[in-house]
Amino acid sequence: MKTYLEPEYTVERDDDRCIRCKVCVNQCTFDTHYYDQEDDKVYSKNENCVNCHRCVAFCPTQAITIRRNPNAYTTNDNWTQEAIRDIKRQAEVGGVLLTGMGCDKPNYSYWDRLLLNASQVTNPSIDPLREPMELRTFLGSKADRLEFELESRDMVLTTKLAPQVCVEAPILFSALSYGAISFNVHEALARASTEFGTLFNTGEGGLDSRLYGYGSHTIVQVASGRFGVHPDYLDVGAAVEIKIGQGAKPGIGGHLPGEKVGPEVSRTRMIPIGTDALSPAPQHDIYSIEDLRQLIYALKEATDYTKPVSVKIAAVHNSAAIASGIARAGADIIAIDGVKGGTGAAPKVSRDNVGIPIELALASVDQRLREEGIRNRVSIIAAGGIRSSADVVKAIALGADAVYIATAAVVAMGCTVCQRCYTGKCPWGIATTDPWISKRLNPDIATRRLVNLLQAWSAEIKEMMGGMGVNAIESLRGNRLHLRGVGLTDTELKILGVKMAGE
Amino acid sequence: MNEKIKVHQEDVTSNLGWQHLKEQVTVKDGVARVDAGGMHYRDLNALTKALNEDGIRKVEIINVHGQRYLGTGLHGGIEIDVYGTPGNDLGAFMHQTTVNVYGNAQDGCGNTMDDGRIIVHGHTGDIVGYSMRGGSIFIRDDAGYRVGIHMKEYQEKRPVIVVGGTAQDFLGEYMAGGVLVVLGLTLENGAKHTARFVGTGMHSGKIYVRGKIDNLSKDVEALELSEDDRKLLGSLVKEFCGYFGFEADRIMEHEFSKLVPVSKRPYEKLYVR
Amino acid sequence: MSWIKLNNSYNDDKVIEGCSLFGMMNLKGERFSSKDPVRAIANMHDRGNGLGGGFAVYGLYPDYREDYALHIMYMDEDAKKDTDCLLQDNFSIQIDEEIPTKEANVKDPPLMWRYFVQPKKGLIQNQSDDDFVMEKVMKINTKTGRAYVFSSGKDMGVFKGVGFPEDIAEHFCLEEYNGYLWTCHGRFPTNTPGWWGGAHPFNILDWTVVHNGEISSYGINRRYLEMFGYKCTMQTDTEVLAYAFDLLIRRHHLPIEVAARVVAPPFWDEIDREPQEKRIFLTALRQTYGSLLMNGPFSIILAHQGEMIGLTDRIKLRPLTAGVKGDFLYLSSEEASINLVSPNPDRTWNPKGGEPVVGRLGGMGLKELIVRGVIQ
Repeated sequence: MKTYLEPEYTVERDDDRCIRCKVCVNQCTFDTHYYDQEDDKVYSKNENCVNCHRCVAFCPTQAITIRRNPNAYTTNDNWTQEAIRDIKRQAEVGGVLLTGMGCDKPNYSYWDRLLLNASQVTNPSIDPLREPMELRTFLGSKADRLEFELESRDMVLTTKLAPQVCVEAPILFSALSYGAISFNVHEALARASTEFGTLFNTGEGGLDSRLYGYGSHTIVQVASGRFGVHPDYLDVGAAVEIKIGQGAKPGIGGHLPGEKVGPEVSRTRMIPIGTDALSPAPQHDIYSIEDLRQLIYALKEATDYTKPVSVKIAAVHNSAAIASGIARAGADIIAIDGVKGGTGAAPKVSRDNVGIPIELALASVDQRLREEGIRNRVSIIAAGGIRSSADVVKAIALGADAVYIATAAVVAMGCTVCQRCYTGKCPWGIATTDPWISKRLNPDIATRRLVNLLQAWSAEIKEMMGGMGVNAIESLRGNRLHLRGVGLTDTELKILGVKMAGE
Repeated sequence: MNEKIKVHQEDVTSNLGWQHLKEQVTVKDGVARVDAGGMHYRDLNALTKALNEDGIRKVEIINVHGQRYLGTGLHGGIEIDVYGTPGNDLGAFMHQTTVNVYGNAQDGCGNTMDDGRIIVHGHTGDIVGYSMRGGSIFIRDDAGYRVGIHMKEYQEKRPVIVVGGTAQDFLGEYMAGGVLVVLGLTLENGAKHTARFVGTGMHSGKIYVRGKIDNLSKDVEALELSEDDRKLLGSLVKEFCGYFGFEADRIMEHEFSKLVPVSKRPYEKLYVR
Repeated sequence: MSWIKLNNSYNDDKVIEGCSLFGMMNLKGERFSSKDPVRAIANMHDRGNGLGGGFAVYGLYPDYREDYALHIMYMDEDAKKDTDCLLQDNFSIQIDEEIPTKEANVKDPPLMWRYFVQPKKGLIQNQSDDDFVMEKVMKINTKTGRAYVFSSGKDMGVFKGVGFPEDIAEHFCLEEYNGYLWTCHGRFPTNTPGWWGGAHPFNILDWTVVHNGEISSYGINRRYLEMFGYKCTMQTDTEVLAYAFDLLIRRHHLPIEVAARVVAPPFWDEIDREPQEKRIFLTALRQTYGSLLMNGPFSIILAHQGEMIGLTDRIKLRPLTAGVKGDFLYLSSEEASINLVSPNPDRTWNPKGGEPVVGRLGGMGLKELIVRGVIQ
């Protein structure tokens, strides 16, 4: 049937500037630009453009401008452009609309309504350029108390400590699955983590054996599809993470469209080439809280109790109760992924409508665990649309031990959040396993970019901490007094455990 | 006996300590015998790992009453005989190990199993071979729900599950590889398998069913067996009979159907790109 | 603070938990000790987290067989005073005494009393004794908010609290009791850590329920039951299950096999394929009682005088194994516990989802035979 959909974007080319170098034709993976030999002109098929800006970035003369199609339907706050387009698309194809990255709707961000403190007069701020500022964080279950013995004048620790992982700053790379992204991306994440002193998460697609050397900086994920979960995989990682859910699509399993399952992915995931890798919605051996404990201990047995076991959940209505159950089930770390968490592919309706903001979930989980006296049994990692070092500081102040970043990491490597990851045609060579396109992401440069990002954010965190008069991250963690809210209702302030600015 | 066990274990759960546990073990002719009565699973598994590291190649465990994760985390191809009822997640994430169960098993047998063999002289619970990626499981009697979910294979790593009796709903759900055989030997003459939603989301692998079965999901179709199928099936049935003492010919002479996925991408049309 | 607040002090939608179950019944009604039930539930220690354990015992008080045995826990003495007044006003009390306990590894036991009572003559108008008692129990449970009746049947009793089940058994001196039917529970709660009343079994009159799983249809199940006068003060799935069976079986007189088909009905696909009479029957059940469909994973052991029933949800998301040896019927979350207390049973099997396993004293009633013919 004829499509009634108009192009979302239009490509404008300044003909005076265009030098017919055809870089845009070569770089676009969506087949938007083409060169007409006869006319000696580069033309564009607007309907293919996804606004990824690859051509804009690479055009040597800045001849290209991408605009939102100025043809807009009549202004209607209820029947928005998007609402109308989505219906027309579904009417044409009759399926679930897929999308990529995180929820792009307004009103779900609380970071922007929280402000930080600074010390003045009554308490000195600290200058991070001249004085030590400690960001080192240990993730894992902490003891309730420590016991010692005196052995010929030396104090010897008798309490057995649970296994921990150490990061030099409270920022880890969140799960990006091999298959959703290319091998080069995984390599860059591994190398950057190793160089900086943090960890990256394999995501649910397994770990290519070429990266085993970076195992001590790797969190290996066990998701419902159990892709790539074999004894060496569990052996190599520094920690094991059970993925129950993710913020982009709570209640649904991972989704790797068949287009992205090539020979390498087929081998790592042990599924046929070209088939969709849909992870089951639940983990089929976890239907109740006691089952989670069963799996946690199965993994501990399989790894000889030497690695922390993390459980990753999506932020949903009863996150606090679930987190309490997870802590009591024996997990060492709980990772909570809020509604704005990203993904390579998710049904659009789930991404935008299911799950709650991480700020609220984090605050209520931290509070609940403290009220039950079990906060020390787990470390909490917050995730879901962390965009800047300010977001990190606010998350720590609300109670997180660390944050997971993934969208920020891929943006650092070149991503422009065009939301077409599920097509496998990512022009930046990130969300693709096509061998030709993947070559575009140079792991050396990508590693550099990631390390730069971590260093930049660390420096900024130190600045903000110094401003607050705090020189150790432990003093910021869970310290809600350093936050104030603006433009929040009483209930929101109550749930966040934060006072109103001015109070 | 116990001069053989040298490895020390620090985190023993038993209040009575490692020494006490070692006293539950006797070794004769290279075979260790462990009395698991009253033993917590952490101690039992730690003991088994220690025996394995000491070079013991076969362990017999008696009085098993629900201890979990037996067979997990052992390298080197040790053989374990379990007498009693092993607990959930028998052989979870198992490497190359052989576990013989003389009794019934519970839920989660062979969970994400990578290699090795589990042979159950009885029935099992639900979730057998979830995400299995290698090795084989042979069950003499019935299995429960959700057998073989998301089994996978790659080249020579091809997991196998053979159920002597019948299995219940969601058999082979989302199978991505491997071989599942259900022989129906516990069904009364002419009775049908009652499993519903068989092979939902299946996109690779094979299920062989002996006897009548309806309620196939729309993602699978029933085909006749080819020569290669007969050969494969024949060898698996022969192995089955070798463990449990049935007659292979009598089993093979009945009608089998082969269930295979209709499409490699059963959900292709569901999602709009 | 009221126990109602304590039960769900975070104001969550409801109580969320996971668990272990065990049931053991002598089908001839011969009473036996706590030894095997306690051993069996203790064997499933790792399914709980020590924040709840409990037992229901039938044939418990042969000397007071005709009296309602009320087990009540009090948060303080004032609550007891108030409740004693209410009891005296409405019941004639044969005996009342503190429930015997001893030191054990349990957390902060409340004050617990038991009363053997009969409804006061002349007070009952147009109501059965059972309904009268149920009404008064609901009243006690909501009046002060500091008293909670956790058992109210005849010749049976519930013992439960915060601790592992084997410790609860020790605390209540269960080794001194005998019964012909025992059900046991070990709990793994996530949002009611400290409250003794939150443990299972849940009880109303002589119905008890021990439950493993979480009912995702709770919101509507609850609102439907509230229309019939049940007050869902415990905010647990288990409570809703108990009330549902009380409504369906005691008040609406449905046989257990039909009640099971209400809470765990077949799929419409399957109903459509049935012969006409059965199809009409099953459709009518779903039309009438659709709000009592229990969605989500569950396995339960339901008991009342003379019957023990095991049931799982219709797609069997929770484990349940049944076993028979001689005159004994066993139900368990894990088969190993059955084999532990009854080596070499005659038979053990895993029942199918939605199909009840019923242990019954004596023969079946005629009505039930007819209904059974229709639905099978």
